[in-house]
Amino acid sequence: MKTENQKAWFFVLPVLLLVAFNALIPMMTVVNYSVQETFGDNVFFWQGLDWFQQILRSDRFHAALGRQFMFTFLILIIEVPLGIAIALSMPRSGFWVPVCLVLMALPMLIPWNVVGAMWNIFTLPDIGLLGYFLNHTLGINYDMTQDPVAAWVTIVTMDVWHWTSLVVLLSYAGLVSIPDAYYQAAKIDGASSWAVFRFIQLPKMKTVLTIAILLRFMDSFNIYTEPFVLTGGGPGNSTTLLSIDLVKIALGQFDLGPAAAMSLIYFAITLLVSWLFYTLMTKDDLN
Amino acid sequence: MAKITLSKLRHSYLSAPKSDSDYALKEIDLDWNDGGAYALLGPSGCGKSTLLNIISGLLVPSEGQILFDGNDVTALPPDQRNIAQVFQFPVIYDTMTVYDNLAFPLRNRGRDEATVHERVMAIAEMLEVTEMLDQKAAGLSPDNKQKISMGRGLVREDVNVVMFDEPLTVIDPHLKWKLRSKLKELHQRVKATMIYVTHDQTEALTFADQVVVMELGEVVQIGTPVELFERPAHTFVGHFIGSPGMNILPCELQQGTAMFAGQAVALEGPIQGAANGKTEIGIRPEFVALADHGLPATVTKVSDVGRHTVVECEAGGQRVNAVVEANAPAKGSAVHLAFRQDMTRLYVDGWLATSPAADEQGAA
Repeated sequence: MKTENQKAWFFVLPVLLLVAFNALIPMMTVVNYSVQETFGDNVFFWQGLDWFQQILRSDRFHAALGRQFMFTFLILIIEVPLGIAIALSMPRSGFWVPVCLVLMALPMLIPWNVVGAMWNIFTLPDIGLLGYFLNHTLGINYDMTQDPVAAWVTIVTMDVWHWTSLVVLLSYAGLVSIPDAYYQAAKIDGASSWAVFRFIQLPKMKTVLTIAILLRFMDSFNIYTEPFVLTGGGPGNSTTLLSIDLVKIALGQFDLGPAAAMSLIYFAITLLVSWLFYTLMTKDDLN
Repeated sequence: MAKITLSKLRHSYLSAPKSDSDYALKEIDLDWNDGGAYALLGPSGCGKSTLLNIISGLLVPSEGQILFDGNDVTALPPDQRNIAQVFQFPVIYDTMTVYDNLAFPLRNRGRDEATVHERVMAIAEMLEVTEMLDQKAAGLSPDNKQKISMGRGLVREDVNVVMFDEPLTVIDPHLKWKLRSKLKELHQRVKATMIYVTHDQTEALTFADQVVVMELGEVVQIGTPVELFERPAHTFVGHFIGSPGMNILPCELQQGTAMFAGQAVALEGPIQGAANGKTEIGIRPEFVALADHGLPATVTKVSDVGRHTVVECEAGGQRVNAVVEANAPAKGSAVHLAFRQDMTRLYVDGWLATSPAADEQGAA
C-alpha cells in the first residue's frame, strides 16, 4: 500500500525561502511605497492608487515608455536578422570554429559601465576614434551630446555591438544541431538555399531564437547602465529611457511613492510582453 | 530508370592518399542492373555509406566514374541525377504538412500544381498515408516519417535509383517487417532500381535479389542470398552471414588432403591453384551432424534457439558449432562430428579455393 504524507512540502521550503528573500519581500517593500506618501522619519500616509493614476496619466511617463519601446524595437530588428546572418556564415567545423566563438563572446564579457565609457570616449568629436573620423575626415557633423539623432544612433549601435553575439551564439547552437542528412535530403529534393533556410534551418532554430529574442527583449527593455554612462539620458530627454527616468524620479527627486508605482507598472509591462511573446511562440509545440 | 555502372571507383577522405589503407573505398567495378533490388551488406565502417553517397552525388569520388545508362554523371550534383535517398534518421520538413512534404521535390522543380496534386495523391495512396495528408509532418510516428521521406523520393516520375541508408534503424521491431515488406511491394510496383544499405543480414537477405557484401572498403562477394549462404567466396562472408556463422577451422594440407585435429577431412572437390598461405576449412553449422563416427569432440554449450538447437563443441582446440533438429546431447558429453562433404570448403588466405567435384557441378 502506498503511504501518503505531506513531507514533500519540506523539500519545497528552501526554494520558497530563497524566492521570498530575493524577490517577494523586496518587491513587497516597493508595493508598500507605491500606496503611501512619506516625508521621512518613517512616517507614512495612506495614498491608495493615486500614484498609479498619476504615473499612468503623465506625459513624461508616456514619452519615456515610447522611447523605451522604440529602443527595444530598433535593437531587435537589427540584432536578430544580423545575428542569424552571422551564425549562418560561421564555419560548422574546423580550426576557425573556436576562433569565431571566442571573438563572438568577447563583447559580452565586458561590463556594462565599461562598454558605456568605451563608446563615450570612442565617439568624442575631437579625440575619439570614431568621432574624430566622422567629423574631421568625412566632414559629417556628429556630436551625440548635441544631436538627438546622433545620440540614438550611438546607443543603438553600442547595443548591437554588445549583444548581437548572444543571438549569434544561440542561433549557431541551433544550426550545428541539424544533422547532415537534412542538407543532403534537401539537395536531392532540389531545394534552393532560401528553401533550406526557410524549411530546415529556421524551424530548427525556432526554440533557441525564441529564447534569444526573449532575453534581448527583457535586457534591452530594462537597460540602464550603458545609456546612462554614454548619454546620461540626453541631449535634453531624448535618450531618457524608462529605467533612467525611474532613477531620476526615485533618487533625483526623491519621489519614492510615484517611483514605486512606476517600477511596478514597468515590471508589469515587461512581464506581460514576455509572457505574450513566449505563449505565442510556443503554442504550436504543445499539441 | 537506368543501369548504373561503377567504373574503377576509388575514394579517400584524405587529400593525398598514399597507401591502400588510406582509401575508404578500394577499387570497385560494379554494374547495377535496371530495376534490380540490391542490398549492400557489411559491418559499420566498411565503406557502404561512402559508396551510396558517391552514387547519389553527395560525394565526388577521388578516382573513377559513375555511369547512368552509359552517361558519365560523376560530376553532376544530386538534384540533377534524378535519384532518391532515404536516410537512417527520417528527414521530414517539420513545419510542412505531409502533403507539402511530398510535393516539395516537385514544386522545387517547377511542376504545375495539377501534376503535383496527381503525383502526391498517387504516392500517398501507394504508401497508405492518404488520411494523414493534412497533418503536420512533425507529429508523425517514426515509421510514418520514414514512409514520407521515402515518398519524397518516389514522387518524381522515373527516378533512376532509390537508395536506402539503413532506413529501419529507428523503427520499432514489430513495425520493421511491415515496412520492409512495404518496400518489397513498392519495388515490384514502381520497378525502379533500389539499393538498400544495411549491416543487418536479415534485412539484406529478405529485401534483395542480389546482395553485395563489403568489408574494409572492398566488395567481397556479389550473389543471391542462397549463393552467399552456400558458397561464401570469403571466410568473412561465411562468418558474417548466418547465425551462428560458418565454422572456420585452421587446417594443414598434406599431399592435397586437408588435415584437421589429426584427421583427414574430405573436401567438396579439388583445390584450385597453389595453396600457399593460411589454409582453413569452412563448414556451416547446418551441415555439421552428430554421428557415431568421425571427428571426436566434446560438447561445451547447448543453446535452444527455438526452431533448432545449436550445439557448441570443442574439437582439436577449436570451437565447432553444429545445428541439431532434435535430441541434443548434454553438455560435457563426448560426440563425433560428421561434415557433409559437398558443403565442406577450403579457404586459402581467406578466399575460397575449392571447386565442386565434377559430377556434382550439374546438380548444384
